[in-house]
Amino acid sequence: MTFVDLKAVSLTYRLGKETTLALADATMDIGEGEFVAVVGPSGCGKSTIMKLVTGLLPATSGVVTVAGKRVTRPIKGVGMAFQNPTLMPWRTTIDNVLLPMEIVEPHKRRFRRHRAEYVAKAMALLKTVGLSDFADKYPWQLSGGMQQRSNLCRALIHEPALLMLDEPFGALDAFTREELWGVMQALWLEKRFTGVLVTHDLREAVYLADTVYVMSRRPGRIVMARTIDLPRPRTLASTFEPAFVDIVHELRDRIHQEHAA
Amino acid sequence: MTDRTRRIVTLAMPWMAMAVFLIVWELACIVFALPEIILPRPTKVFAVFVQRIDILLAFCWDTLWTTVLGFAIAIVGGVVLGVLIGASPLIYAGLYPLLIAFNAVPKVAIVPILMIWVGVGALPAVITACVISFFPIVVNVATGLATIEPEMIDVLKSLGASRLQILRKVGIPRAMPYLFASLKVAITLAFIGSVISETVGGNRGIGFLMLSAGARNDAPTTFAGLFAIAIMGVAMYAVCVLVEKRMTRWAFRGQLVS
Ligand SMILES: Nc1ncnc2c1ncn2[C@@H]1O[C@H](COP(=O)(O)OP(=O)(O)OP(=O)(O)O)[C@@H](O)[C@H]1O
Ligand SMILES: [Mg+2]
Repeated sequence: MTFVDLKAVSLTYRLGKETTLALADATMDIGEGEFVAVVGPSGCGKSTIMKLVTGLLPATSGVVTVAGKRVTRPIKGVGMAFQNPTLMPWRTTIDNVLLPMEIVEPHKRRFRRHRAEYVAKAMALLKTVGLSDFADKYPWQLSGGMQQRSNLCRALIHEPALLMLDEPFGALDAFTREELWGVMQALWLEKRFTGVLVTHDLREAVYLADTVYVMSRRPGRIVMARTIDLPRPRTLASTFEPAFVDIVHELRDRIHQEHAA
Repeated sequence: MTDRTRRIVTLAMPWMAMAVFLIVWELACIVFALPEIILPRPTKVFAVFVQRIDILLAFCWDTLWTTVLGFAIAIVGGVVLGVLIGASPLIYAGLYPLLIAFNAVPKVAIVPILMIWVGVGALPAVITACVISFFPIVVNVATGLATIEPEMIDVLKSLGASRLQILRKVGIPRAMPYLFASLKVAITLAFIGSVISETVGGNRGIGFLMLSAGARNDAPTTFAGLFAIAIMGVAMYAVCVLVEKRMTRWAFRGQLVS
């Protein structure tokens, strides 16, 4: 069943007289519980797609539909994580992670009285990303990778039906990144939310996604939708298997075409 | 130098600088034989200070409470207006030019008007202190709100937060360091405001004391008043710094508070 649907969506940024056509014609059909990855050259409009789907930007033309409803303003309860962690420096890690609970219903109503229950839940989540000892530290007392892990926890804590990840692993070292792929996949296998991941890392895209969308250079269009039918759970070892490597090469070739064009 | 001695020296530095300043002043007065009416020696000022301590304290108290009251009103009003201006581009567009114009008016000019309206006494001093310290608070609070990272707002919006919630969860905490930074500037301005008012047309306070002592050619008392204002100014400044460090530890990344 379709959960996120983009039909011929375009977006033009306007700043005074200056206009930038960022996204030309994006058509995507993301099923409920599907995990997709979006790859493409820098500046092709990937972050723009994220903002369109969540309703943070209104589409210039075309139709964006999420869960059967047309998106015209910010939709509620989405989990979002950007490349920079955007944690609040005045909140401890655990309070940062709990932020969605203070906003998203029905948690908001219950939060005050059932605080202990929510804290326990946040602690469990922090444990899966190896941060249990840092719950009471402030973001600026954490390393960049730790901040990014807390950021993921914040995006996941309220078990959103839709998770939007914009290069959340980009700033991490290779080891932490690959470790978090595993964490992400495990969480997805358990909760089966709908996920959209923007990334520059093709191995990451193939490891995590059911479908990888390749975009053209700016103004962005979807030039390829590659279904990844590798069995789950995928492991780091499977990223070196021929079937996996072939897909990565196929995607890489397609992106090279874009760069050459 | 060990850490400990370095810390002691750092603490002692301002006192030593002040001592040097006073000694040079004292020596200059003696060497150049300056008449007391032009520049009294610090020791003489100190003697007057001790001798007239009761009247100084009474007048200090007048100045202090009018200043602090005006300052407190400025904080409340400044935060409210700052939040409105920072949170709404429309209010910003409407009020900001007005605020600039208002701030450009020399505050000495309003004291006579105030006296027509409310008469002499404590009220003009309170109002002048308030009006003069209002502006930096408004501007700083508004700046704090207006410079929130857009991504932070995006995260909250996509969770479904209302504008009020965004204001409460990010806007206010984010504006706090800006507010407390402005208080240091504002309290000093508030003293200027109340003393101006007392000098231009008051019947109380340190400003009035200095003016009347000056009229009697009593330079030591005038200078004693000056010292009293300086001491109150520094003390209130210190209070503001203390409050700032307490309230916004995160903005200093924990460094200044150890
Ligand atoms: N706020 C904005 N105002 C004007 N132009 C913008 C704005 N944001 C993005 N753009 C333009 O839109 C285009 C697409 O931007 P977008 O951020 O979506 O790219 P991206 O695919 O996420 O790139 P990257 O991979 O480097 O993050 C870019 O060419 C950029 O110049
Ligand atoms: Mg981007």
